[in-house]
Amino acid sequence: MSLVTETTARPVEGFRVTRSRRNVVWTGAGALIVVVVLALFPYIVYSGTTAIMVQAFIVLTMASMWNLLAGYAGLVSVGQQAFVGLGAYFVLILAINGTSPFAALPVAAIGSGVAALPLWWLVSRLRSGYFAIATWVLAATVMLIIEKFSSIGGGTGMPLPGFAGFDPTLLTAYTYWAGLAVTVVALLAIYLLLRGRLGLVLTAIRDDEVAARSSGARVGLARMLVFVVAGVGCGAAGGLLAISQLQVQPGAVFSIQWTAEMAFVTIIGGLGTIEGPILGTIVYMVLQQTLSSYNAWYLIILGLVAIFMALFARRGLWGLVDARLNLRLFPVGYWLRLDK
Amino acid sequence: MSWVNAIIQGVLVGGLYALFACGLSLMFGVMKVVNLAHGDLAVVAGYVAIGVITVTHIPVLWSFLIVVPVMAVLGYVLQRTILQGALDRSVLATLMVTFGLSVVIENGLLQFFTANTRGIGTGLALVTGSFSIGQIQIGYLPVAIFVIAVVVLLGLQYFLSATRYGRLIRAVADDKEAAQLAGADYRHVFGIAAAVAFGTVALGGIAYGMYAQLAPTTGTDTILLFAFAAVVIGGLGSLWGTLLGGVVLGVAQQIGAQISISDETLAGFIVFLAVLALRPQGLISRGAQS
Repeated sequence: MSLVTETTARPVEGFRVTRSRRNVVWTGAGALIVVVVLALFPYIVYSGTTAIMVQAFIVLTMASMWNLLAGYAGLVSVGQQAFVGLGAYFVLILAINGTSPFAALPVAAIGSGVAALPLWWLVSRLRSGYFAIATWVLAATVMLIIEKFSSIGGGTGMPLPGFAGFDPTLLTAYTYWAGLAVTVVALLAIYLLLRGRLGLVLTAIRDDEVAARSSGARVGLARMLVFVVAGVGCGAAGGLLAISQLQVQPGAVFSIQWTAEMAFVTIIGGLGTIEGPILGTIVYMVLQQTLSSYNAWYLIILGLVAIFMALFARRGLWGLVDARLNLRLFPVGYWLRLDK
Repeated sequence: MSWVNAIIQGVLVGGLYALFACGLSLMFGVMKVVNLAHGDLAVVAGYVAIGVITVTHIPVLWSFLIVVPVMAVLGYVLQRTILQGALDRSVLATLMVTFGLSVVIENGLLQFFTANTRGIGTGLALVTGSFSIGQIQIGYLPVAIFVIAVVVLLGLQYFLSATRYGRLIRAVADDKEAAQLAGADYRHVFGIAAAVAFGTVALGGIAYGMYAQLAPTTGTDTILLFAFAAVVIGGLGSLWGTLLGGVVLGVAQQIGAQISISDETLAGFIVFLAVLALRPQGLISRGAQS
């Protein structure tokens, strides 16, 4: 019964390590079918529906990024609207200079990621709550600086050029496909990142930061990488926002409302799971569409539900699903199976 | 002369920022709670003051006698229920809950009281009056707010160092388990600390309502971000640092406004970012960052 003598390796037989308890080939095939069906939407539904779907894509992309920050890296940022706004303005600036807004979208995403580096250097000196407010101040500062440039609309903003002569139906369809592409790429990138070394390091940090550091995990680098990826994702969502609204206003694209939505969607859906933001986005869209005639009420109700979830159901709605069915659509962990 | 004027006005408004910042600093120092709803609660206090004045017709300046206890009780109750519940789970949960509160309060105010701005005691001689030294006009109100801020900070210092509850708060802040073993109910002490912090929030909200105008978005746009900038500039966890931070922020804003009226807020934030970049431990160093 000694703890010391039994250190020789146990036989390797007797257990297997898998990614998931269930076979994931089916969920993978299911995801592919969903994406294909979604890609066909512009041919089957009204353009009003695809416009609402674009909104859902924007929210889902942002929420997935916030989930990566808060749920996996423990970074509660309330300044992600800085990147939403930067993405929108990158698209605007490129469009003013003659680039097609759709071609500008990937550039805007990468530009936002590059901008995340110096911003990270500033806020990484602070922890938890102070980090949160510092990101908020940064977002306000970025907006105040952008408002000083009258060539891109100053404080009032300006309409997005580059769509003259576009057929409206075609434009709606293109916007929809761009939204779908951004969302699929964002989810796939997060999934692959979390399955790889980064996911392992982040899990180690979440469980015990000091132990992770002493085992050689480069905590600062991992967090910086997450912050940059979230900057890219939120920048893409912001660029999409500019394209779908056909105008860029500093007060609207740099609004704290974006961070409120991404945080609430993630908390309600389930923090720390890739599935959570998807479920949360569905809840959000249903609430928003039903309460759209009551102004800010959907945000109030969403906030109250999020507070309730943070207090009483920490793993959100997906946590409730997972607890009953043991289901992972995006398995990023490991499952130890003992052979009887 | 206008530069001297800007610096004097900046120093005086720094008192207001210190009034916002000391509650934020106190709650973080004791409970490790960064209350993202801090500014919105100050706006709530201001709205409560307007309501109290309209209903009871008491003199504007005496409204704090009702608003401060009301906010203190609200602070105690919030801490014992929602905030303690979040604290028992994780630091992450406290941030999510207070951010949720912030959004709910702000949009609730917007829904019930519209986006209109409201002032407190706009006709009072104290609010509009001023005296002049040479060519410089100094309002009675900014001086009064500065004096109140200094009195509040002195009071907090006395409370924390010399009273029974102050000692309990410091003990719990140092090590809540050890304090619990020695017989202090840390949850109750946390509640008391929150009550004190919310009392300062109430004063800040009323003062801001008299100094400028309150709107639902003032809580985050202005009060929370300025309070936080003052805390970081002064140095995290330092009570008198909040006054220094507030003064530096105020002076930076007034000098920015001298250059261009639209640069007031930006100048303050740039000084904040410069401090964050060059001296992250703040101007008054206490070493550890948290």
